[in-house]
Amino acid sequence: MTWSAAARGAHQPDNTAFTQQRLPAWQPLLSAGITLPLFFCAGLAFIGLGLGLYYSSNGIKELEYDYTGNPGTGNCSVCAALGEGRAPPPKCSCAWYFSLPELFPGPVYLYYELSNFYQNNRRYGVSRDDAQLSGLQSALRHPANECAPYQFSAAGLPIAPCGAIANSLFNDTFSLWHQRRPGGPYEEVQLDRTAIAWWTDYHVKFRNPPLVNGSLALAFRGTAPPPNWHRPVYELSPDPNNTGFVNQDFVVWMRTAALPTFRKLYARIRQGDYTAGLPRGAYRVNISYNYPVRAFGGHKLIIFSNISWMGGKNPFLGIAYLVVGSLCILVGFVMLVVYIRYQDQNDDDDDDDE
Amino acid sequence: MGAVAAETLNSRLFHIEAVLLYDNRIHTSKYNILTFLPINLFEQFQRVANAYFLFLLILQLIPEISSLTWFTTIVPLILVITMTAVKDATDDYFRHKSDNQVNNRQSEVLLDGRLQNEKWMNVKVGDIVKLENNQFVAADLLLLSSSEPHGLCYIETAELDGETNLKVRHALSVTSELGADISRLARFDGIVVCEAPNNKLDRFSGVLAWKGSKHALTNQKLILRGCALRNTSWCFGMVVFAGPDTKLMQNSGKTKFKRTSIDRLMNTLVLWIFGFLVCLGIILAIGNSFWENEVGGQFRAFLFWNEGEKNSIFSGFLTFWSYIIILNTVVPISLYVSVEVIRLGHSYFINWDRKMYYSGKATPAEARTTTLNEELGQIEYVFSDKTGTLTQNIMTFKKCSINGKIYGEKHDEVSEKKEMAKGEKPVDFSVRSQAKRTCQFFDHSLMESIQMGDPKVHEFFRLLALCHTVMSEETSAGQLIYQVQSPDEGALVTAAKNCGFVFKSRTPETITIEELGTLVTYQLLAFLDFNNVRKRMSVIVRNPAGQIKLYSKGADTVLFERLHSSNENLPSVTFDHLSEFSGEGLRTLAIAYRDLDDKYFKEWHKMLEDANTAAEERDERICELYEEIERDLMLLGATAVEDKLQEGVIETVTNLSLANIKVWILTGDKQETAINIGYACNLLTDDMNDVLVIAGNTAAEVREELRTAKELLFGRSQHILDSQVLREKQQPLELKSVAAEDSVTGDYALVINGHSLAYALESDMKNGLLELACMCRAVVCCRVTPLQKAQVVELVKKYRNAVTLAIGDGANDVSMIKSAHIGVGISGQEGLQAVLASDYSFAQFRYLQRLLFVHGRWSYLRMCKFLCYFFYKNFAFTLVHFWFGFFCGFSAQTVYDQWFITLFNIVYTSLPVLAMGIFDQDVNDQNSMDCPQLYEPGQLNLLFNKRTFFICVAHGIYTSLVLFFIPYGALYNMAAEDGQHMADYQSFAVTMATSLVFVVSVQIALDTSYWTVINHVFIWGSVATYFSILFTMHSNGIFGIFPNHFPFVGNARQCLSQKYIWLVILLATVVSVMPVVAFRFLKMELYPTLSDQIRHWQKAQRKTRPPRSRRPQTRRLSSRRSGYAFAHQEGYGELITSGKNMRAKAPPPTSGLENMPDSSPSRMENVWKKTTDAASGFGQDIPVKL
Repeated sequence: MTWSAAARGAHQPDNTAFTQQRLPAWQPLLSAGITLPLFFCAGLAFIGLGLGLYYSSNGIKELEYDYTGNPGTGNCSVCAALGEGRAPPPKCSCAWYFSLPELFPGPVYLYYELSNFYQNNRRYGVSRDDAQLSGLQSALRHPANECAPYQFSAAGLPIAPCGAIANSLFNDTFSLWHQRRPGGPYEEVQLDRTAIAWWTDYHVKFRNPPLVNGSLALAFRGTAPPPNWHRPVYELSPDPNNTGFVNQDFVVWMRTAALPTFRKLYARIRQGDYTAGLPRGAYRVNISYNYPVRAFGGHKLIIFSNISWMGGKNPFLGIAYLVVGSLCILVGFVMLVVYIRYQDQNDDDDDDDE
Repeated sequence: MGAVAAETLNSRLFHIEAVLLYDNRIHTSKYNILTFLPINLFEQFQRVANAYFLFLLILQLIPEISSLTWFTTIVPLILVITMTAVKDATDDYFRHKSDNQVNNRQSEVLLDGRLQNEKWMNVKVGDIVKLENNQFVAADLLLLSSSEPHGLCYIETAELDGETNLKVRHALSVTSELGADISRLARFDGIVVCEAPNNKLDRFSGVLAWKGSKHALTNQKLILRGCALRNTSWCFGMVVFAGPDTKLMQNSGKTKFKRTSIDRLMNTLVLWIFGFLVCLGIILAIGNSFWENEVGGQFRAFLFWNEGEKNSIFSGFLTFWSYIIILNTVVPISLYVSVEVIRLGHSYFINWDRKMYYSGKATPAEARTTTLNEELGQIEYVFSDKTGTLTQNIMTFKKCSINGKIYGEKHDEVSEKKEMAKGEKPVDFSVRSQAKRTCQFFDHSLMESIQMGDPKVHEFFRLLALCHTVMSEETSAGQLIYQVQSPDEGALVTAAKNCGFVFKSRTPETITIEELGTLVTYQLLAFLDFNNVRKRMSVIVRNPAGQIKLYSKGADTVLFERLHSSNENLPSVTFDHLSEFSGEGLRTLAIAYRDLDDKYFKEWHKMLEDANTAAEERDERICELYEEIERDLMLLGATAVEDKLQEGVIETVTNLSLANIKVWILTGDKQETAINIGYACNLLTDDMNDVLVIAGNTAAEVREELRTAKELLFGRSQHILDSQVLREKQQPLELKSVAAEDSVTGDYALVINGHSLAYALESDMKNGLLELACMCRAVVCCRVTPLQKAQVVELVKKYRNAVTLAIGDGANDVSMIKSAHIGVGISGQEGLQAVLASDYSFAQFRYLQRLLFVHGRWSYLRMCKFLCYFFYKNFAFTLVHFWFGFFCGFSAQTVYDQWFITLFNIVYTSLPVLAMGIFDQDVNDQNSMDCPQLYEPGQLNLLFNKRTFFICVAHGIYTSLVLFFIPYGALYNMAAEDGQHMADYQSFAVTMATSLVFVVSVQIALDTSYWTVINHVFIWGSVATYFSILFTMHSNGIFGIFPNHFPFVGNARQCLSQKYIWLVILLATVVSVMPVVAFRFLKMELYPTLSDQIRHWQKAQRKTRPPRSRRPQTRRLSSRRSGYAFAHQEGYGELITSGKNMRAKAPPPTSGLENMPDSSPSRMENVWKKTTDAASGFGQDIPVKL
């Protein structure tokens, strides 16, 4: 409330572009000159990209085998039946035979695929302790509450690595054998099990706790392995760079999948004679069948695949680009027609107005 | 020192100390430093939205339910609450400041036997305060004595009730003897017993006990806080009520909280969204129960998860709450805050607008409420006061007709043009500058006639100088100041002064004027005052030559009946002139005189004295006597006074009606004046078919008039409509019934007076009236009381469901301003009442156009765009969780990183949409003003309604589908370029979040039609911020510090280095946005809105100007008779003849006055009552805001 009369002009607002809402501005309009070329160009570009994506995806070779072992689906059904209702399931192995009529071009990657496996379930996904996995001593002794019920063992020891994800580590193993000549012996194909995990996961996110007297086992002393595991975490691999929390199989498993059907990289084949790919011939994959999935209706698959410039095989994106590109051009034409027809009419209307 | 006791209802007397607890300090502030936090937090959590988010926060603390970490809710909540708290604190700080300013004002208080300067806040009940001229009163005072005779003092109550005319207060004669004698005043020990503090401005009752006798106290003895002392050099008063007890503070009720229709719609929508949210939660919970039953059970068993005891129904129940937490972002916490911020910005733009700044009074426009801006873009009805709003309340003597000759014509047009050309001209006429102007307006022939000594001309101006109720005062500088009661009279007296007939002074028995340099004193023999029935006033004077003359001025219709037959053809000539004057919208008066012979007058005077003392039928007898003498008049001529319209009123009214806004004039003025102004400001035009006048005096009459009016309207409109249909072939026939209303509106106007309105507003006729009124293009309500003004507004508000705006300047407009959706006060006037009650204020009526067409329209547009985008954005953002639910076992897993959810609404996407909501403009201000049709979408609620809301929601749902299923399809079983993971949860989250940020950024870029630097910075900045925060949170460093809170380490690097991911993001963006582009393009081509067209024109460098709506420039040339130039209050006549208000230098008081001192208060009261007739009736319900 002002009681005294103000001096003239005292309250005059500032004359700036901002206060007067006269800021210089770009006022774009969806005019035909912009919209139509946009649609046509985008359409063409998308069709081009779509074609490229589609053909490169199609060029990728994939070979997959479902070894879940449902009755009557190959020799893994024996193992599957054996493990029915028993926990932990007994050791069992089976094999998959296949032959390549021609070279499977490299580099070849070996994946395993699980389906109906809900790694993205919230209760499952939170059940881990990233602090423990990053090698923090305190977290090693006191795993996070999220890990429950895999936080402490029955004996009261902290579980390392704790949580449901670690507990459910995929533990089937594969080896690949190649029969160069028909009837000849199977020779083992070297599987490169290193560098299957992300660099940051392997180097930053997952670290072993500091060694005690140069021994990883001592560092983990006083912890218990997850109940499903047959051996402690420091014995996951004889390779000291690949054991403990930095075991690459473990790291790969711990990067949970987005969808209930997922693939994880098992190994790559790039050594010796196989750098160019898998030559033609007969092959056998030995599978040690440990991981029960039939209880919840899951499936297990082995996949050999190679890679293009944009990654693995997935025709979706190429097709989507083609469809969207075509739609853009189609809509572009519709808009062009409308524009031409109504532009004239609008002009007429304007004339009428004036 | 005096003492005051308050009497409560049960008549118990308070002891003085109890009352003294209240000092004169006032508090309008709500908090102090200590109480701020608890009170403010308590207030904030009373709001539903905040309480809801608090509830969510508590839910999140339950581990079984918590699907989001606590910080996702607490960070926005704290931000929101902090922002609100800061705003509240700032508001309160300013209230503290203004309180302090008021509290620290100085006033002179009698302490320890001498006058001392004291701060207002230290003034206590019982103190004796000295006031000087033009000072404001610090507390409610009992007037003790003053510089004026008889303890009179004049006050102006503009701050209280908005009236600028002076009011008289009158001290008790016993106390007025105290005078300025400090020692006696200091010994004053009277005791006041009075009613308890209340808010009735026009009532006071109490008793003063002093020196053993008791004196009754009335309102006449009281000077209220907020008044200003005028024309009185000093006065003393004793404080009766102080601080919060004063009538001013008692009246400062809380203002009614107004909400906009968008607000209400928003609240409804938010409720719907809650419903929608619960539905989604239930669907997902059921899904979860099924999933747990079918899949989850076995899956958990396999994982050795010992949860067999938990059944699936319970799991579904928990999931419901988890999803409520996750999906709560459909009703984002930031919505309400953002809306407030945007409105605040718009309010500042109104305050800053130089085109609404009135340099004449140094008054900028002010948005006093920050919550109603967008409703300014939806106004359908404007209710306007007349005086001071449409007109300047300045009367200018424009023309006169003397003895059949018109003066003051030639220069008129020239000056008119000059006025037009000058544009912004000072309108701050004081009485003096006004006088100079009047003089300029006069043509030389009049001056010549005066110089030549034309007796008729002389007589004309002599009459003007003699026949009035004006009081004069000579300042020390020798300047004459006229204290006028109605501006009309002021104009006439000033005109006479400028023509050489200067009214100098008056006593109860004489009038002294200066006639062309010579002082002449007339003896005032009788004063025949004005009233509404007589419509004229006369004076009977004896001039120095001894002749007795009756001078009369009044409404032409009344005076012409009383002319002497010897006038010959002068009346008919003058009559033509009068018609001409009123045709130009001038207020006219006829002027006549009569020579009386001594004997006749003496007889008459004797009869008058008899009548005056008569016990019964006094008024009737006096009236008859007046009639008796006011006849056989000789016509002198006529005056024409212009009730000056404010600048730009005509254009504004025309443009408002072009924008389909109906303008109603609600005025306390007479019917003739109101209609005249209606014509003058182009609201009524001659090409209207008819002006329906409802002026019945009984309910039956009014009913009958309404009925015939309606018949007339319907009968003719039907006819017109038929012919219209025939003419316009493209108009389909079914329009007939629908458009009946519209087709009528162009042709009729309704005029209704207060009397009839009182009947018409009764429940049975209400609807009929409303129906009729809404079919007329213009409505004028005259002689309405303030309460009726509010009733009319309420009527339209309630039954038409339309957005109303009331604009006014005076205290009588307060009720109307408060009841309309939006109240606008004309500021810069002396009274503050209207402004204090208003939501917006500015100095000139014409700014209304800019307020509505530019600010209102933009605010509405911006708010609608903002809301559309906001709802769209949050649906797109949130519903992705819903789709993901089907793929994650309905486990309430979030799609995004928790940090992303926390920051999305408040950091990544808040600023661009705020910038759009504050700065966007589709059409520039000039075109908005030029093209009133642009205003219509707001009235029709086109830009944001339930339909558009559903479109936004559908758009959001579509986008969420695209955002989820394109990455889903593309990443399904997909490997990265190096064969490693790519379909992991975290990469999926990053892909989707990045796509979302791109999509909503592109969308806001599309929605923004006015890209200022700020928009650029915010839009690009938001995307940049997203990436920088993303990379920071996915960096090794931050993971090293908080490994459990930033588990996404390295994800952005891995994921965004893949070409494939970028292709996915590109596709998602294009698929989400392209349909919108195509849709908008087609819409613009097929159904372009006016704003689209104007934007195209604007773009084309304004080669073609937008269709300018030209107002008809021709001046009205009709023969309507105007009203007469009197205020409708009764004059000061009684006061003048009684001589009570004469200065001491005047001759000693008349014997009559000395004889009856006891009766004087009641007489004074009578006069006062009459002068404030209009205002006091409702005075008690005028709340005052401080």
